[in-house]
Amino acid sequence: MGLETILFLLLAVGAVLTALLVVTSPSPIGSALYLVGTMFCLAGLYVLLSAPFLAAIQIIVYAGAIIVLLLFVIMLLNLRRIEEVLPKTWRVAGLVVSGLILFTMFLAIVRGSSVLPAMPDVPTGFGKVSELGKILFTKYLYAFEATSVLLLAAMIGAVALVRKDGKEGGKDAS
Amino acid sequence: MQVELAHYLLLGAVLFGIGAMGVLTRKNLIIILMSVELMLNSVNLSFIALARHAADQEAQVIVFFVLCVAAAEVAVGLAILISVWRKRGSMNVDAMSALKG
Repeated sequence: MGLETILFLLLAVGAVLTALLVVTSPSPIGSALYLVGTMFCLAGLYVLLSAPFLAAIQIIVYAGAIIVLLLFVIMLLNLRRIEEVLPKTWRVAGLVVSGLILFTMFLAIVRGSSVLPAMPDVPTGFGKVSELGKILFTKYLYAFEATSVLLLAAMIGAVALVRKDGKEGGKDAS
Repeated sequence: MQVELAHYLLLGAVLFGIGAMGVLTRKNLIIILMSVELMLNSVNLSFIALARHAADQEAQVIVFFVLCVAAAEVAVGLAILISVWRKRGSMNVDAMSALKG
C-alpha cells in the first residue's frame, strides 16, 4: 500500500465517523465541532485530488466562517440538549429512505466503475490559484459577478429577516 | 490497493447518505442545517474527484460556486432560524406549522 492509499483510508474513515457523529450527537455544539472534523478530513482529500486551492478555501470558508457562525448562533440562543420527540415510525422511515438513496448510488457507482479508465496524470499547476483564476475570470466571469450579487442579496436578506419591527417585535423587543 | 475514482465517489455517496439521514431523522433546525452542509460537501468531493479524473479544472470552478452558494444559504438559514426562535421560542421543526404542513 502506497502512502496515498493509507492517507485516503485514514481521511475517509475520519470523514465518515465524524459525519455520523454530526447527525447523531444530542447536543448542537458537539455536532458543530464534529462538522469541523469532517471539513478538515475533506480538505485533506482535496489535497490528495490535487485541488490545493479548494482545500484552503474549504478550511477558510467552512471551518473558519460557516461553523463559527453556527457556533455563534448556538451560543447566542443558549441551545443545550434538544428534546427529540420524533416518533419511532418516522425515524425508521427516515433511515429507510436514506438507506435507499445510499444503496442506489452504491449500485450506480459499482456498476459504472468497471468501464472507467485509470486516473490520468495531471498537468503541472493543476488546481492552483493562478490556473483556477484564469478560468474564473474568463469563461465564468458573468457567473462570478452573479455570485457577488447573490452574496449581497443574502446579506441584505439576513439583515432584513432578523430586524425587529417597532410594532410587532419579538418577545424580547426593547 | 490503488485509490481510484470509484472509491472517492463511494465516499461521497456515503457522506450524502449520512447527510440525508440527518435531515430525515432529526428535528432540530440547526442540526438539519448542518446535515445539508454535509450533503453539499459530499457533492463537492465528487466534483473534485471527477475533475481529477478528467484532468479538467472547470469542475473545481463549479465547486467554488457551490461554496459561495453554501455560504449564502447558511447566512439566510441562520437568519430564518433566529426569527423562528424569537417567534416560537423553539428550535423544533414542528414549531413551524403556520402553513399547516
